[in-house]
This record gives sequence, structure tokens and C-alpha cells, in this order.
Amino acid sequence: MAWVNAVIQGVLTGGLYALFACGLSLLFGVMKVVNLAHGDLAVIAGYVAIGIITATHMPVLWSVVVVVPVMAVLGYVLQRTVIQSSLNRGVLTTLIVTLGLSMVIENGLLQFFSADTRGIGAGMSLVTSSFSLGSQIQIAWLLVVIFAVAVVVLLGLQYFLSGSSYGRLIRAVADDQEAAQLSGADYRHVFGIAAALALGTVALGGIAYGMYSDLDPTTGTDTILLFAFVAVVIGGLGSLWGTLLGGIVLGVAQQIGAQINISDELLAGYLVFLAVLVLRPQGLTSRRAQT
Amino acid sequence: MSLATDTSVPISADFHVTRSRQNVAWTGLGALVVVVVLALFPYIVYSGTTAILVQAFIVLTLASMWNLMAGYAGLVSVGQQGFVGLGAYFVLILALHGLSPFAALPVAAIGCGVVALPLWWLVSRLRSGYFAIATWVLAAAIMLFIERFQSLGGGTGLPLPGFTGMNPTLITAYTYWVGLAVTAAAMLAVYVLLRGRLGLVLTAVRDDEVAARSSGARVGLARLIVFVVAGIGCAAAGGVLAISQLQVQPTAVFSVQWTAEMAFATIIGGLGTIEGPIIGTAVYMVLQQTLASYNAWYLIILGLVAIVVALFARRGLWGLVDERLHLRLFPVGYWLRTGAGNGRPRSLRN
Amino acid sequence: MNESTGGGRAGNGTPILEVRDLSVYHGQLRALDALSLRVYPGEVYAIIGANGAGKSTLLRTIAGLHHPQSGSVLFEGTDVTGLRPERRARQGIVMVPEGRRLFGSLSVEENLKVGATYARSGPWTIERVYETFDWMRDRRNQRAQQLSGGEQQTVAIGRALVANPRLLLLDELSLGLAPLIVQRIYGMLPQILETGLTVLLVEQDVSQALRVATHIHCLLEGRTTLEGTPAGVSAEQVEAAYFGLAGTAAVNGHPGEGSVS
Repeated sequence: MAWVNAVIQGVLTGGLYALFACGLSLLFGVMKVVNLAHGDLAVIAGYVAIGIITATHMPVLWSVVVVVPVMAVLGYVLQRTVIQSSLNRGVLTTLIVTLGLSMVIENGLLQFFSADTRGIGAGMSLVTSSFSLGSQIQIAWLLVVIFAVAVVVLLGLQYFLSGSSYGRLIRAVADDQEAAQLSGADYRHVFGIAAALALGTVALGGIAYGMYSDLDPTTGTDTILLFAFVAVVIGGLGSLWGTLLGGIVLGVAQQIGAQINISDELLAGYLVFLAVLVLRPQGLTSRRAQT
Repeated sequence: MSLATDTSVPISADFHVTRSRQNVAWTGLGALVVVVVLALFPYIVYSGTTAILVQAFIVLTLASMWNLMAGYAGLVSVGQQGFVGLGAYFVLILALHGLSPFAALPVAAIGCGVVALPLWWLVSRLRSGYFAIATWVLAAAIMLFIERFQSLGGGTGLPLPGFTGMNPTLITAYTYWVGLAVTAAAMLAVYVLLRGRLGLVLTAVRDDEVAARSSGARVGLARLIVFVVAGIGCAAAGGVLAISQLQVQPTAVFSVQWTAEMAFATIIGGLGTIEGPIIGTAVYMVLQQTLASYNAWYLIILGLVAIVVALFARRGLWGLVDERLHLRLFPVGYWLRTGAGNGRPRSLRN
Repeated sequence: MNESTGGGRAGNGTPILEVRDLSVYHGQLRALDALSLRVYPGEVYAIIGANGAGKSTLLRTIAGLHHPQSGSVLFEGTDVTGLRPERRARQGIVMVPEGRRLFGSLSVEENLKVGATYARSGPWTIERVYETFDWMRDRRNQRAQQLSGGEQQTVAIGRALVANPRLLLLDELSLGLAPLIVQRIYGMLPQILETGLTVLLVEQDVSQALRVATHIHCLLEGRTTLEGTPAGVSAEQVEAAYFGLAGTAAVNGHPGEGSVS
């Protein structure tokens, strides 16, 4: 029964990891770069939410409504300024600039908010309540809600990308930047919109993680970025629903690892990642290998 | 391949490709003098100064390795802390088995070079951003793996044994000399590698990978060599770190901050030049020493400076010097001289 | 002053496109050397020349994908030299790039929709493209990368048309296609011209270009070697201009029309 429990918990945490990963995957698909500050920006979202909640006593869920658009705007602005100019100078520059951004954010949070861990919504009934399946399995409502949010976000992204005019442009730019320009599309603006989506989704991930666990200045790289990346690689580069599959595989691997030995939770996740890298480097869903 | 061995190959009456042998001889002599003078420091300066210089040696070794990978082989790793940590732990393991940490260091470095081979096989199929972050995951996995061993102190680490009975002053001096030796060896290795065939292959790849591959350059092998050498160098730096700290703590030695520091020192100094890491390390040490009392500020400023340099001075501070003076202390490229050498030399590399 | 046979064209009014003393470099290599030309409304203006003559560079510079070192591009009398490609597309200079360059993961219809996103108002709609190329409607949900080369080329033309260009740039339509397909594609040109647009095309297949063009312009190493109407130039002149044989200078003593006016 403990194993069934591990699998169920793992699947549900997969939703959280999909929230971390889908923005990273989207940006890689469109711009062919990895934003190394992805996780730190999620932590910023969490800290902003904490700040708003502390200052205004706004309900936690309402803070989401404020923070997500703010982060989306920040994403657009970052993309149009720093990241776009780094893209013009090549992949190495983008990696350096986003690594620099990551270090500035992480140490900035450390400097101004100390290394203390902070949770979101402690004591809220959503965070504390759970329900039972049988006698041995306890499922936290929060995880169920986060999983549902992840599914809704992915459905929304899919609908946006396939049905809307901007979604079509995002895919067109991902396919052929120059041909999109010849059709009148300003790819910089399109990149900005993709970055806004990516930061909006990862802001949700950051807040969700703050409710599920705790945030501290290093959560962005240690947890969010690395888990997001592992989920993306397991699920297949550039695949949207692959991030959910990858997140679920990572979550289940971690829970099963924890079941074997409580300190092996993280290592088990990374071992599955390495196994995928060896056996199926194109990921579980991708049709063709990408490098 | 004659270009790789000759220092001067006439192409025609008017053009001359050269590496200017005198320049190298003077630089070599200069470098030797610098090393000898530095080697005398434990006799003439306070131990606080040598301790700071040991830190500088660690950063300079790491930056030289990162420069070799990113600046010449196009391998942008964010996981070099994996080798730093492994190097530190290998020294710890050997010391726990009774070996002197100083003797353990070269063994540990070579051991990490061997470990680098299977790791290369894992990550070599990924490119650019995905290579970068996969190396990071790998480093995280290595740390978690090592933390499983309670005999190595688990998640908290252990003090480094093997110093009992030694005079503390002597330990400080030995640590300094080992650090200096590692740095000198690392820089010499990079220089020799880049002046040889490997340097030519890497330059060809950097300019045009497809063309280099089709002309028979063994790109994969060149990158493998670079990855292994960088693994050895970073592990040696990790060993020096362990010895200078007298303890090994997993989260400290496996911190991604090592990679950030080596990358930023390289970028600020000048990527793809041997001089760059030296300048970058100097900038890093100045920032760190002046802002040391302001906690995390030196890292914030270091990150910002790296962003600004990456965006606005792509070839770093050394690039700015080079543009004005056409100066190379460690020439690994070739110069095209026209006519009787009355014109300014133009580098073929840039 | 112009010795070539295109002298009477100036009566057509103001040129829709004027290129003045355009020089473009790829690194150290000079692709275009102070090139000038004028395209008048309703023309099918064909640039011919051997590989590396600078034809595609010229078209890409007009579309805004290359930046000239000197010289200017005027569209309907306005200088567009500094505009980005997407701005030029929205003003009515639309290019069908060499090698089709469809959005491979998008369906045929989505490709057309992208083309129509920033369209000017005009006669061309996705519906009209379907009417003109009737096979396309049935296969509109197919991914573009699954189409054959000729089909892809047609979709690429359709994608450009739905933007309602004033000036349509066609870069090497025949590249990699069977002769029969090429003929069929060029056979659709009159239908396209009916809607009142002007065509500037680059073609390596000289006989094809001579068949469809109202004006031809031969390039060699980034310079003009011959200009005129297909009827007004002899096969020998074209051959000499194309290959840069001795005596070309006699065919056309002046580099182009830019120096005339």
C-alpha cells in the first residue's frame, strides 16, 4: 500500500513540476535557449506574493491574480531588453546573461530577505487539509488543486498556441524566424509574448511551491530550475504535454526513491533523468532527436 | 598540419603567417620569473596574504579551465562544481586512508579525469543550453550520491585529516605552494594544448563546425580531451580548496557558485584568450576583498558586471586592451603580417 | 542615354521600386557593387545571372534581410532602406524566399493565416487562394512539411499573396523542382498579375525568365551586364552578359538606370 501511495503522491507532484517546466520548454522551443534564471524568477513571484499578502492581508488566491500578470509583464520586459540583446550575440551570451541574472536574483534575495525559508498560506485550510483513500493513503487537497491548475494551464497554453493568432505566430517564429519576418511578424514582440507566458506559468509554479513546501533564495536553482529541466528532458524537448509526463515520471521516481530510503528522494529523480539521457535522449514523447 | 608545428610559414612574398617567437620567449621567461617570485611569498608576506592568494589560485585555475571549454571548445558547462566537489572528496578519501593530502591531490585530480570519461559520454549528445544544464544536474546528482556515504560525513562533511603533527606555518606554506603549482600547471597545460593540433581543430570548429568536420577534424575527440582536461583542472582546484579549508562540506564544494565565479571571471577578463582569466580573476579578487564585509554584495556586483560585459564588451577587458595595443602575452593564434612588416599585424583569429 | 531596350518604360509613371547605388558585402566579399534598378508598376522584372552573381542578395536586401553598406531602396517613392523586413512586408514588399521556407509544423491553412496576420487590404484572401489553387482546400489541414516541393512552393506563394503585396519578390521559384512543375507554377503568374501587383523575380533558369518577364536584368559579380525587354535582347547578348564573355561592355556601357534620370 505504501508503494501505491508513493505512486499517487508522485503523480500529483508531477503537476507541480509541469508548472515549473512548461515555461522553460516553451521558451526553448521558440528561442532555442535555456533561461537559467527561470527558477529564480519563480521564487521572486513567491516572494512578491508573500510581500503582498503580508502588506495588504489579501487572500492568498487573490495574490495569484495580481502576481501572475505582474510576472508576465516582467517577462515581456526582460525579454525585450536584456535577453533579446543577449540572443543577438549568440547562445553563450544568453547563458552567461541568464546565469548572471540568476546569481543577482539569488544573492539579492539573500541580501535583502536573509536565508530564512518562507511559506505561503501557512494555516490555510487548502494547505493543511487532506482526504483519505482507504485506510493508509492520505492525499493533500493542495496537491490535487495544483495538479488541476497544471492541467488547466497546459490546456490553456495548448488552446492559445493552436487557436489564437499570437499562438500561431509563436509557432511560426519557432519554425522559421526569417520567414515569419517576411510575413510581417516582429519576432522580438513574439518572443516577448512567449516570455510573458513562460513567466506567468512559472510564477504559478513558484507560488504553488511556496504553499506546498517553503521558498528560500536557493530554491530557484536547487529545486525549480533543475526539476523543470529534468521534466523537460524526460518528457521530450519542446513538447508541452511532455512536461506533464516528465513531471509525473520525476515525481513518481522521487516518491519511490523516498520510499526506499528517505534521503534518496532527489537522487532517484536524477537517476531516472540520466537513464533517459542514455536510453532515449530525445525524451519519452518526442518523435525525433533534437540536440 | 605544418602550421601546427612551424612557428613561421611563408605563404607568399608579401604575406607572412607568424607567431613571433621572441614574444613567446620573453613571455615564457616573464611567467617563470612571476612564478619564482610568487613561490618566495611565504617567506616574505603574512599568512593572511598567502591565504588570499590561494583563493585567487583556485579561481584562476577554474577560470582557465572554463575558458578552455567555453572559449575554445564551445562547451558551456554550468556543472564544473561537480569536478570541484569530486576533487575535494577524492582528496578526503585518500587522506582518510592515510595518505598526506598534498600527495593525494595529484592522484585525486587524475582520478577525476577518469571519472570525466563516462560523464562525457552522458552529456556529449546535448548541445548548448541543454549541455549546460545537464552538466548542472549531473553535478547535483554526484553531490547527492556522495552524501549517501556516512563514512564521508553524509550531508555535513568531514574535517580533512592528515595534518596532525605538522607545523601550522608549514601547512600554510605548503598549501600556498600546492595552489601555485596547480595554477601554473593548469595554465601551462591550456597553453600547450592550444598551441598544438588540438588548438587548430578547436579553432576550425569555432569558425565553422560543419566545414571542420567535413575536412576530417576529429571534433568529438577534441571536445572529449578538453572535457577531461577541464575535469582534472577543476578537481585539482577542488583539492586545493579542501586543503586550504581543512575540511570538506558537500554543499560548499558542490556549490554552483564555483561555476558562476569561474564563468564570470572568464567573461569579464576575456573569453577565448589565455590572458582573460588572469584579468578576470584579478577583478574578482578585488571585488571580493573590497566588498567582503557586505555579505552577498560582491556576488551581486560580479553577476551584474558579467552581464554588462557579456552584452557590451564581448571580448572582455582583455579584448579592450587587445583592440588598442594588439598585444598577446600568450599567443596561440597566428598573425598575418603584410609586406615587410611595416603594417600593423592583424590577427587571423578575430 | 540608356542604350538598352528598356528606354521606353519611363513613360509608365513613377517606379514602384527604385534601387540606387546599392552595395552589399558578406564579410569581406562584395556581393553587390553600386547596383541600380527601377521597377515600374505592373512589370514582371526578372533578375538573371549565374550562381553567385548577387541575385538573391539583391532580393534579400530589398526585402530587408541584408543591410547595404551604401545605397538606398525606395518603395513607392519612400526610402525604406532602414526599415526592418517585417515593416517592409506590412507596407507591401513581400518575398517568397528561396527554398519555400514554409512553417513546417504548421498546417497549410495556418501558414496562410500567418501570411494574412499583418495583411494590407486588397483582393487576396485565403478563400481566393483556395479558389486559385483548388487542390489546397482539400489539404488545408495537412502539415506543410508533408507536402511535395511543388505544393510547398505554391503554398509559399499563397502565403505571400494573402498579405496583399504591392510588390511580390520571388526568389528562385524553380529551385529543386521538376521542369513540369516549374512551368505549372509560372503558368499561374498571369492570374496573379491580374490583381494588379508587380513582380520582381530572381531566376537561374534563363529561358523560363525570358518567357515570363516583361523586363530582364542580368547580373554578373554584383554588377549590371545587360538590361532590356526579352524581345529586345538577342540570345548572344544574354549569353555574353550571363557568362561575362568579352564584349559585354559593348552591349551595355552603363551600369544601370540609376545613373540616368
